[in-house]
Amino acid sequence: MVYQHTIRGKVYSFDNLRVLLAKASPFRTGDALAGLSADTYEERVAAQMTLADIPLKIFLDEAVIPYEIDEVTRLIIDSHDPEGFKTISSFTVGELRDWLLREDTDTIVLKCLEASITPEMAAAVSKLMRNQDLIAVAQKCEVVTRFRNTIGLKGRFSARLQPNHPTDDPRGVAASIIDGLLYGSGDAVIGINPASDSPAAVMKLLVLIDNIRQQFNIPIQSCVLSHVTTTIDLIHQNAPVDLCFQSIAGTETANTSFGVNLSLLEEAWQATLSLNRGTIGNNVMYFETGQGSELSANAHHGVDQQTCEARGYAIARKFKPMLVNSVVGFIGPEYLYDGKQIIRAALEDHFCAKLLGLPMGVDVCYTNHAEADQDDMDNLLTLLGVAGCNFIMGIPGSDDIMLNYQSTSFHDALYLRKVLGLRPAPEFEQWLLQQGITDAKGNISPSGPGMLLSKTAPLWLMK
Amino acid sequence: MADEVTNESSFTDPLSFLKAFTAARIAIGHTGASIPIKASLEFKLAHAHARDAVYSAMDMEMLTDRLAQFNLPVLSLQSRAESRASYLQRPDLGRLLDQSAKDIVENQVSGAEVSIVIADGLSALAIHENIVGLLELLIPKLQAANLRLAPICLVQQGRVAIGDEIGKGLQAVLSLVFIGERPGLSAADSMGAYLTYHPRPGLADDSRNCISNIRAGGLPADLAVTKIFYLIQEAFKRKLTGIHLKDNAGLL
Repeated sequence: MVYQHTIRGKVYSFDNLRVLLAKASPFRTGDALAGLSADTYEERVAAQMTLADIPLKIFLDEAVIPYEIDEVTRLIIDSHDPEGFKTISSFTVGELRDWLLREDTDTIVLKCLEASITPEMAAAVSKLMRNQDLIAVAQKCEVVTRFRNTIGLKGRFSARLQPNHPTDDPRGVAASIIDGLLYGSGDAVIGINPASDSPAAVMKLLVLIDNIRQQFNIPIQSCVLSHVTTTIDLIHQNAPVDLCFQSIAGTETANTSFGVNLSLLEEAWQATLSLNRGTIGNNVMYFETGQGSELSANAHHGVDQQTCEARGYAIARKFKPMLVNSVVGFIGPEYLYDGKQIIRAALEDHFCAKLLGLPMGVDVCYTNHAEADQDDMDNLLTLLGVAGCNFIMGIPGSDDIMLNYQSTSFHDALYLRKVLGLRPAPEFEQWLLQQGITDAKGNISPSGPGMLLSKTAPLWLMK
Repeated sequence: MADEVTNESSFTDPLSFLKAFTAARIAIGHTGASIPIKASLEFKLAHAHARDAVYSAMDMEMLTDRLAQFNLPVLSLQSRAESRASYLQRPDLGRLLDQSAKDIVENQVSGAEVSIVIADGLSALAIHENIVGLLELLIPKLQAANLRLAPICLVQQGRVAIGDEIGKGLQAVLSLVFIGERPGLSAADSMGAYLTYHPRPGLADDSRNCISNIRAGGLPADLAVTKIFYLIQEAFKRKLTGIHLKDNAGLL
């Protein structure tokens, strides 16, 4: 269907919803690289004005990628909740934006809508919203998940402890884990990106974290971020797998390039659930996403990178994950050029994911060839804290020596908790207090390290 | 009179002994919730080195002079990305030769076995630091193995795949691209080497073999040359590079 808008006698027409969504996107290099961006500032606003007048119902009839060729589209259409949709079914995209911002559209109202909004609707409305709007609405959403602790409660803010090491050296990994725990990091997960995806290497790391967790009785979950097929194999070998990780994207062909599909993810989910290791909950999946991965795999079907990203959330939602995060600045400047684009994309991802009911965190990060630095990350970190983001990464001194990029430090999570009055996950907060690592105000206690270190001697003798 | 304020960050971090196990920035202390000034500035300096490396320009004159020792023609080429900003945003342009470079390549005597391409990539600094020393070890080995070498190509604003167009233009059997890798905080001068058998436009990364992190503090030139030479011999023997060319000698 062709969509049109006239500005000062100039008729802007957009061939279909896919084109319209792309032209309405705030500028980013990835869409320009794909040849999908608006040609002028005026055309972009014309597209946004056109989009604002489109009824939400259209999104159920006009798929951006055909139902017949893409299993993500089929999942989106088949899992849509028509009952809940009645609340918003008469709205246009623009009216949805205004309605989302209303005071009586509160946490409970938004919760009831999670399955009624499709990823494309979420992406569409986000394109009409300023950063402030994205923050204001996301802040009203609450998505709580549980495994050995509770993540996502209002007033709480968690961190994934990311103790990567270029050769997976167990002592090197353990050193970063201890350092992070002493800064109150790790309540979201202790999650290692392994340098090697070999099952034996992954098993070694799983056992290492599990031993530390049990020795100190820490109410947290662990994850080694290997490919799902590796994790499934390890589960069959009775490895101590808490959370099962996978990178996912918003088109079937992009997921094929990652070596996954919906049935494989279902198998991984069931296998992980069968271990029954969660003590207070059963959210066992951990997904990572990021704008640009579909274009990077040449699998975007002419859909803009933010809409593709939101489509990936439909997959995540199906498997009731413990954690989801967008690795927003990792992909590089050909997709998100600078701090401005990275910040915008992160707020969009967080907003769309929360609206769709995902426990969203963000890897607040950049590479050295992006036009970004620590100041941009401080801005984004603070904005996400206000928006109610579930978690960020915690990396020693912001410097990931394995993946060679900069993310947030252990200190950054402490800063955010301090300035916004946020606290760690409740179970983990109790543990930090019991161990003497933090005091009742959440400050790092000078006696913390001694208490924990006195019991870690065996860690440093490992091979 | 106020009590003297001691700086908590100046205390030795009790975790300092753990630094022996990892190069990660652990045990850096804290002042309030924040990173102390020393560690903060050290990080900034590392990032500054990385940024300077990304924006370093290849010194064509210096390199041409120093490459003269190999008695091979040295060609100065440019990709279609005309600036660093364009290079960073348009990877497709960095993979293509501009018109004048095309003309230069077309006018060469073709039909060599190995075409050596040197591209700035994301760190011209890496090329400045590493390429000449490496070629001083590699080129004599290639010549001793009776492999004919094409003119050495220096490419500004080049990406790995530009070696495909050059290799095809020179009708080389194998292209060997040296390129500045994306700088990290720990090193801004890492060079990568990519081998592609039967180079031609349109190939993907699975058609190549890569040797990464070539630099004094990483993979030293002599070891890198051993690996590259081994891969070249295997590639000629098996007539391929890429995921099907594995390291059976345990060298990689």
